[in-house]
Amino acid sequence: MSYCYNTPEDQRQMLQAIGLDSLDALFDSIPAPLRMQRALDIPGAMGELELTAHLAQLAKRNASPSEKISFLGGGSYDHFVPAVVDYVSARGEFYTSYTPYQPEVSQGNLQAMFEYQTLICQLTGMEVANQSLYDGGSAAVEAVLMAMSVQRRQGRVVTAGSVHPEYRQIIETYFANLKTQLVTLETPQGTLPPATLEAALSDDTACVLVQQPNFFGCLEEVEQLAEITHRAGALLVVVTDPISLGILKRPGDYGADVVVGEGQCLGTPMQFGGPYLGIMACREKFVRRMPGRIAGQTVDRQGRRCWVLTLQTREQHIRREKATSNICTNQGLFALRASVYLAAMGPTGMREAARLCLQKARYAQAQLFASGRLEPVFAAPTFKEFVVRDRLADVDGLLADALQAGFLAGVPLGRWYPQLSDCLLVSVTEKRTQAQIDALAQFVAKTTPIKTVEHAKHA
Amino acid sequence: MRNTRDTQLLFELSKAGRRAVELPACDVPQEPIADLIPARLLATCDLPLPELTEPQLVRHYANLSTLNMSVDTHFYPLGSCTMKYNPKRNERLAALPGIVDLHPYQPDESLQGLLALLYGLQEMLSEIAGLDAVSLQPAAGAHGELTALMVAAAYFREQGERRTKILTPDSAHGTNPASASMCGFDAVTVNSTSAGFVDLEDLKQKLDDQVAVFMITNPNTLGLFDPYVRQIADLVHERGGLIYLDGANMNAILGVTRPGDFGTDMMHYNPHKTFSGPHGGGGPGAGPIAVTAQLEPYLPSPTIVKKGNGADACYQLDYDRPRSIGRVRSFFGNTGVLVRAYCYIMTHGPDGLRRVAENAVLNANYLLSRLQPLLPVPHGPRCAHEFVATALTLKQQRGVTAMDVVKRLLDFGYHAPTVYFPLTVKEAIMVEPTETESKETLDAFAETLRQIVDEPPETLHAAPLMTPVSRPDEVAAARKPVLRWREAEQPSQVEG
Ligand SMILES: Cc1ncc(COP(=O)(O)O)c(C=O)c1O
Repeated sequence: MSYCYNTPEDQRQMLQAIGLDSLDALFDSIPAPLRMQRALDIPGAMGELELTAHLAQLAKRNASPSEKISFLGGGSYDHFVPAVVDYVSARGEFYTSYTPYQPEVSQGNLQAMFEYQTLICQLTGMEVANQSLYDGGSAAVEAVLMAMSVQRRQGRVVTAGSVHPEYRQIIETYFANLKTQLVTLETPQGTLPPATLEAALSDDTACVLVQQPNFFGCLEEVEQLAEITHRAGALLVVVTDPISLGILKRPGDYGADVVVGEGQCLGTPMQFGGPYLGIMACREKFVRRMPGRIAGQTVDRQGRRCWVLTLQTREQHIRREKATSNICTNQGLFALRASVYLAAMGPTGMREAARLCLQKARYAQAQLFASGRLEPVFAAPTFKEFVVRDRLADVDGLLADALQAGFLAGVPLGRWYPQLSDCLLVSVTEKRTQAQIDALAQFVAKTTPIKTVEHAKHA
Repeated sequence: MRNTRDTQLLFELSKAGRRAVELPACDVPQEPIADLIPARLLATCDLPLPELTEPQLVRHYANLSTLNMSVDTHFYPLGSCTMKYNPKRNERLAALPGIVDLHPYQPDESLQGLLALLYGLQEMLSEIAGLDAVSLQPAAGAHGELTALMVAAAYFREQGERRTKILTPDSAHGTNPASASMCGFDAVTVNSTSAGFVDLEDLKQKLDDQVAVFMITNPNTLGLFDPYVRQIADLVHERGGLIYLDGANMNAILGVTRPGDFGTDMMHYNPHKTFSGPHGGGGPGAGPIAVTAQLEPYLPSPTIVKKGNGADACYQLDYDRPRSIGRVRSFFGNTGVLVRAYCYIMTHGPDGLRRVAENAVLNANYLLSRLQPLLPVPHGPRCAHEFVATALTLKQQRGVTAMDVVKRLLDFGYHAPTVYFPLTVKEAIMVEPTETESKETLDAFAETLRQIVDEPPETLHAAPLMTPVSRPDEVAAARKPVLRWREAEQPSQVEG
């Protein structure tokens, strides 16, 4: 099967027009010794029907969170996606177009980009936003690189240990080839103590990276952290959870200089980690150091309001090795989805979603701790996620049994935090119902030996 | 008919009190928020987002969409971007429950179907590349370039070497040198010959023990297969360097020749080009990389490994990779794009993939032969999957630029080819028809261009005439950037 139009007769006529006598002759410019003498060793072609059956078969061997009750989070969340988001993003005119290099035939995309940039500014309280980076993690490293370039400080970048561990790994990976040192500050109580930050800052610190709510779901004392950071002449880079901004103070309102975040929660399915949406917004004065595409408003020759890609001299296709980043293809489709999501939710929807997450997560905490087996780990206030410790120190067993019982109960933390190897990160979105939360709590209670319960009561 | 009312900005359409989403009432006992979160961390008012209804949103976006050209609606010969047809079955399959809704931190045993698929994709990409190992992690072609350069840097570090330079040809895509500097290398440009190939003499001069990697695009951005690629690889390997292949143009050689067979050590794929991932108005893509066995230990973590065989086979995410560079993004990768690539490859099989290359190259050569009399193709008369024509003569004789010509194409319902790239051709018009276009379309396109080149220069300078807007003022946009809507419509304050 193929999607080609050319019939054998077409091919004959076309070959004749170019003066060749076979399709093979099209590849004459490739030296013979380099040409394959056999067919590729990959599976044979499948028609649509067989392929559909094949994929259905593969899909069946996965435990879909639509069947299991999921409490997984850690940067990717099971939030509700209104149908209108799918409708808009599935329109071929958006979906099968590319970067709007030709503004005359891309006003739909360009206006949608401009609207997205505005919505992200409204959401984060920042002055400008770009048109997307690959995901929250790569947005974090781009923000750090941008801060280094803005501040002309290459010596040190300081991050809280409570920032998503994968985001920190990405920065480490990028830094392996640069001279900058990444200093990671411990967060034994779940949040970054302001005094710890203060002690870690130096004259050559370009920026401080914190996450709000942080990876453990805890809320950092962001205002204090911002003040300390600025006093040291460094920039504050904040990783935000967009959903939390329906209720929490916006980064722009507490002094963030650059805001990044994972935009998956704004209308994009979890699809095993990607494609997602790297959000980036910053102060207006940094815009010429920003990575990625940016849409700007202008007028055309007849004075009509319209939009174009702008400040392109930052970008690789113009500036090559001096560009602010190498990014070319971005995540435009998910920026569109986020726009539709935010416009559909509006101020009320965002507030309601955030409150539902907060209340349900709170309720889940209480129920799970009542089981006796699980106990709280950090005292800091939380939003939609929280860390629990398994008193039996058998996280793997608990997760395996939970899966059997129909729950994706949480994300084990040991891979990133050895000292938390008996802990789980539990996430609760607005989609979880009281009945589902109760069911998980009952399941955990059932796995709890009486002794543990008694002990918990007296502890 | 154009509807300009509903394409006002979302913010102009907003009216307090309207809404499109209503969430269920809270079904758990609620606690006062002030008891849960200290006031200093809480917002003091609702977000200043617009307020709209669902029908209003649909009309807004449906009308906006009609202002775009797209592969679904128009011929889109945007060179280097491989704007081929995006199969609809792939959309349906990638959206299956059990694929689209999987969480990245589910346990491996709850992901066996997906891991089997992704493992299969790793294997197929490795075979198509003629290379030993694959990482599916990078998020786009440029990200794959960067990742592979990091792999190279780690490899040299382990050899106890600190090489500082990356060579890229002058015809290379901008992402190549940009990736080199992001990875801490100096990017050094190697010239091309007048025939459009890498200048071997210049290469020899610039090749020293400080060169870590030579990044080549083959077929290159002129649409030419560099016949000296093997010699180039030998020269670079002799000095201990590595060859990187920018795989953006794999569409031209699928099943015909393999990068590993012509000396490549590492490469990226652009599945959104070669394997038909929809471009989404700018993205998503993916940028899987393939490397030789000696570079495999440095690939990002995790990769997928298979344990056992047949019915007992099980798949695992392998994080135990002590020599790995680490990770370049969060979670596994752009899985949704990779699933579509898998579906595409499985739809074609070995013969089908070769037919893709044959028809892509046939269409390009045919179109080249039709356009050559109108616009010279300096590196013709033959090409791979794309070619670069020039409007230089038109410009010299009649003052008509490449931009004028392609803007006029928009009036006739064709998306413009890529212009002013590669940088080695003046007034470049880079045309890539892809295999999913008909001879009739190519003939009609050529006929339109024939008319266009004969049109009075004034018409062409004024083009496009029929689009909703024409030649937006980009200079003004950059000088006084207005990058967001504001209530009072005050222009922003960035200085030019
Ligand atoms: C030749 C070439 N190299 C590299 C890239 C970068 O790939 P991506 O846009 O997927 O990052 C592109 C495409 O834009 C390209 O055409």
